[in-house]
Amino acid sequence: MGQLQNFTKGFVKDNPVFVLLLGLCPALGVTTSAFNGLGMGLATTFVLVSSNIVVSLIKNLIPAKVRIPSYIVVIASFVTITDLVMEAYMPALFESLGLFIPLIVVNCLVMGRAEAFASKNNTWSAIVDGFGMGLGFSFALTMLGGLREILGAGEIFGWSLFAGDGMLVFVLAPGAFIGLGYLVALNNIVKERLERR
Amino acid sequence: MVLTLMIVAATASFTLATVYNLTKEPILRAREATRQEAIGMVLPGFDELRAMSFMPPTGSDSLEFNLAFKDGAFIGVAVGTYTGMGYSGRIRAMVGLSPDGKIIDVVHLEHAETPGLGDKIEKGKSDWSDQFQGFDPGEQVLRVRQDGGDIDGITAATITARAYCDAIDRAYQTFKKHHSDIINKKTE
Amino acid sequence: MEYIIIIIGAVFVNNIVLAQFLGICPYLGVSAKVSTSIGMSGAVMFVMTLATLVTFLIFNYILVPFNIEYLQTISYILVVASLVQMVEIILKKVSPALYQALGIFLPLIVTNCAILGVTILAVREDFGFNLLEGVVFAIGNALGFALTIILFAGIREHLELVDVPKGMRGAPAALVVAGILALAFMGFANLV
Repeated sequence: MGQLQNFTKGFVKDNPVFVLLLGLCPALGVTTSAFNGLGMGLATTFVLVSSNIVVSLIKNLIPAKVRIPSYIVVIASFVTITDLVMEAYMPALFESLGLFIPLIVVNCLVMGRAEAFASKNNTWSAIVDGFGMGLGFSFALTMLGGLREILGAGEIFGWSLFAGDGMLVFVLAPGAFIGLGYLVALNNIVKERLERR
Repeated sequence: MVLTLMIVAATASFTLATVYNLTKEPILRAREATRQEAIGMVLPGFDELRAMSFMPPTGSDSLEFNLAFKDGAFIGVAVGTYTGMGYSGRIRAMVGLSPDGKIIDVVHLEHAETPGLGDKIEKGKSDWSDQFQGFDPGEQVLRVRQDGGDIDGITAATITARAYCDAIDRAYQTFKKHHSDIINKKTE
Repeated sequence: MEYIIIIIGAVFVNNIVLAQFLGICPYLGVSAKVSTSIGMSGAVMFVMTLATLVTFLIFNYILVPFNIEYLQTISYILVVASLVQMVEIILKKVSPALYQALGIFLPLIVTNCAILGVTILAVREDFGFNLLEGVVFAIGNALGFALTIILFAGIREHLELVDVPKGMRGAPAALVVAGILALAFMGFANLV
């Protein structure tokens, strides 16, 4: 598999949210606006790339039996670093993402890539894979956040699109599920079209 | 095997301790900046602040009073207050009171209310909290209309509106209770 | 009385799945049949209660006294992971029948963010829970998880028989149903 394919697979074909259905908790929980979605996506990308690098570097030093606990420690460390750095330099975003920052550690996407990809490939591929998957995740979260923000508040990235309050339900919890449902369906259709060609 | 795990854990802890020490200062600075900004928003121009703290009549934690002076004259106080009545978790707010106890303005510091409903207490999200400007708790009732007060509630988020009133009322009641202390300390 | 309010609040008002968006992976993953969702609920309740008990003690008696709260995430996830391992080993020895029922769900629980989420929430300053209240909070959340996943599995069993448009089959339809369920749960909003 070429590096380009390795990079782009995360956007449509193997999109972590729309196809693999991984990391749905943050995908639903923080996407009340496109900005929050993007922020969460980039934070996860940072953790994903960093832990992929470390895991691919130490993969030969770790005995198979303690592989998973070691990976958990590596991931949890990067999550805590993200947590501290965000609180220091982006307090507003830190406050709106709240509980979901420490919960990056149990995002199945991060553990999944460390275990399934980084532990079997060289560092360079692991970096590309981390960026591809992370940006695919960010793409999905920004899409969902944008959809909910446009329909629910009539805004995008805080820019007002039309007057009035919009359909409030899309900002609230049910809108997250319904919005994601339709985006997954849309991705299914796009993916099928691409494959048929 | 155990050794490897211990090395991994030790490296991780060491890295985290380093990052923690590096970010400790900036985190405190960011928090202080939010606080200062809030004080600036609820009080008119001042050139000196003096911090005090008082226990409220109800509630477990003391409130932070920032007495503001301009050219030596007492012009108002910014009270950092809280409520436990929020829909999800504690709400904290900064309330600006004039020396005679009228509300100058209110701004939220921290909350976890539902986005789209309860977050209308934020100044950037809605002008709901503007109704507190110039509100006189001595004359009017600091409660939502549903509870027989003079504050308009938030549609579909009564709990949040009620809680916000509770936080502001806590600031006012404490101000009233310790009024003489505050007035006397002001010229020291 | 306070305990009852904590439980009602956790089950209906701030439902862990439908309002807090925690534990979505198992919620969608193991809800195809009612029987498996009951098994998962049992395992979650077991681990969530135990994990909250242990992490509560660790936080208040180790992390806070030594001023190392920033190690919360890393120590919690290790506690949850080792707890799951231990429960698995003990259950295998002590009660093979229960192990049969819950065994396959236990490894999945390590990455169930509902567990980690509840353990972090239980020590949050503004709730001010004591140990017993924290544990009750965990039980309430586990009950909320059980209620929603079993309800959802019941609906999904019926959904199998419905003719859904092609693109919407599977996950999309399940997500929309979850949205409608969340809408129904919003009706509990002013309960406590």
